[in-house]
Amino acid sequence: MTRIAPVLTVLAILVGLWYAAVAPMNIRVALDQAQRDGVAVVPDTPVARREAGIVGLLVQNAGVIPATYDLDRPRLPTPGQVGAELWKTTGEMVMNGRAFSKRGLIYHGWITLQSTLFGFALGTALGIIGAVAIVYSRTMEMSLMPWAIISQTIPIVALAPMIIVLSSQVGIEGRGVPKAIISAYLCFFPVLVGMTKGLRAPGPEQLDLLRTYSTPGWQSFLKLRLPTSVPYLFTSLKIGIAAALVGTIVGELPTGAISGLGARILIGDQFGNPLAIWAALFAAAILAGALVTLLGWTQSVVLRRMGMGL
Amino acid sequence: MSWLWGAIVFWLGAWAVNAGLARSPWHRTVPVRVIVPVLFGAALLVLWEGVVRHFGVSPVILPAPSAIAARFAAETAILWEDFRQTVLKGALSGYLIGCSAAFATAILIDRSAFLTRGLLPIGNFVAALPIVGIAPILVSWFGFDWQSKAAVVVVMVFFPVLVNTVQGLREASAMQKDLMRTYAAGYWQTLLKLRLPAAMPFVFNGLKISTTLALIGAIVAEYFGSPTRGMGFRISTGVGSLSIDLVWAEIAVAALTGSIVYGAVSLAERWVTFWHPSQRS
Repeated sequence: MTRIAPVLTVLAILVGLWYAAVAPMNIRVALDQAQRDGVAVVPDTPVARREAGIVGLLVQNAGVIPATYDLDRPRLPTPGQVGAELWKTTGEMVMNGRAFSKRGLIYHGWITLQSTLFGFALGTALGIIGAVAIVYSRTMEMSLMPWAIISQTIPIVALAPMIIVLSSQVGIEGRGVPKAIISAYLCFFPVLVGMTKGLRAPGPEQLDLLRTYSTPGWQSFLKLRLPTSVPYLFTSLKIGIAAALVGTIVGELPTGAISGLGARILIGDQFGNPLAIWAALFAAAILAGALVTLLGWTQSVVLRRMGMGL
Repeated sequence: MSWLWGAIVFWLGAWAVNAGLARSPWHRTVPVRVIVPVLFGAALLVLWEGVVRHFGVSPVILPAPSAIAARFAAETAILWEDFRQTVLKGALSGYLIGCSAAFATAILIDRSAFLTRGLLPIGNFVAALPIVGIAPILVSWFGFDWQSKAAVVVVMVFFPVLVNTVQGLREASAMQKDLMRTYAAGYWQTLLKLRLPAAMPFVFNGLKISTTLALIGAIVAEYFGSPTRGMGFRISTGVGSLSIDLVWAEIAVAALTGSIVYGAVSLAERWVTFWHPSQRS
């Protein structure tokens, strides 16, 4: 309880701020709408309204304020509207037996999830291999580590359209692969750094002990270094999966993809449907939260089974 | 044949030199630490060049580094114009506004332990979200010019800096705070002389994460509409019109900018938090 109460308070403050912002953000749209419906609004020409300040418009047209919370195409929808749109494109479609319809967010979320998991697996594998190479070869460490750091300062999304063109020219079918490459790139680095730290975590006494047992190198890797690195690995996996999701969505955004949450954002933008954008954004947030929570659970189960849990 | 073999031989030679240097007794000295990664990068470039030339890869798919460098040198005027639009106007102003807003919010919210406990999990969650998806909304709110790009950057850098600053402000230990009390230091004196300096390693962590985010935000926001200049604009139109070497030149500018800004923030960190164990060699 003591941990939930503050979180709920902050959430309530944020939602309150959001509701308060809706009226000033939407008042101009709502006034245009009201005038078309024949309601008298105070500066009665659109030009005069463009000149007028937001506060003045709100005070002079207090009667229109309720309408700002109920627009079809608001500049800023209310949380309630976003929730309703989310329900309409997920829950309601399930109830109608069309859960995987292409018009629902479940289908698009699934497409995004596939690329994310594929990229996550690829990035994690590369990160772990890189970490092993770095721990066992000083040449690799000195050559690779600076570049791994520099690679993170490069805005990878600049490369996203390029990667898609390249892979289609090389003959890779489907849009899943280029998106997965971008996610793999983003989740590679946290795993590499965390895993390097983890593999180096055993202290000299522990390594010396294994040496007195005359343990071969691969056994000390399997029985000491690898188990010690697991907590570090999970911490970076949680960062990595969130980064992989960001990568997939960014890969879908600028490239004319037709399915996936990023594509829903893009299409919502092109068709002037802000509710679709907001619903897709929240679906992405829910997906990110679910993935990180899932990894957190796996982490606590695995660590408990390994005897490292709390 | 010769291009590919030349490149492979160069790669092997560079690797042998690197291996020798890494095993040599000087492997901890600064010049070796610089030479090894530079040689590794150069070998990669030579390999790229060799593969492109040997297989005659079409410049529409993958231009050779030399072609990109030539284009870079020929188009400095365009590149500079895009750099000014995207980095100086969009990313930099958004970065400054976002970081200072987050810093101020952190100091305000830090006065209430209750709100801080609530904010940290939420902020950590939001910082992991694909916030960049908000770009089309902000472009429709603030128009096509750099203001909307700065707005995207503000939203993207806000939460990482906020979370790190709030965490950093909790860093000063109870004993240190008690010492300040025995000196009869007020809230502001404690803040300025103890808690803010103690928070600086965390603040710089957030600032460093944000440098990359700022560039990403400014570039992606341009995919959703921009005036006819800017790095994101040039990249998306360049891919469409198959002037791929110009796109790579823009990417080189973005990569250089990202690395230089990151390096500058790291230098500032070294200068400000010289007392921290991680900065002492």
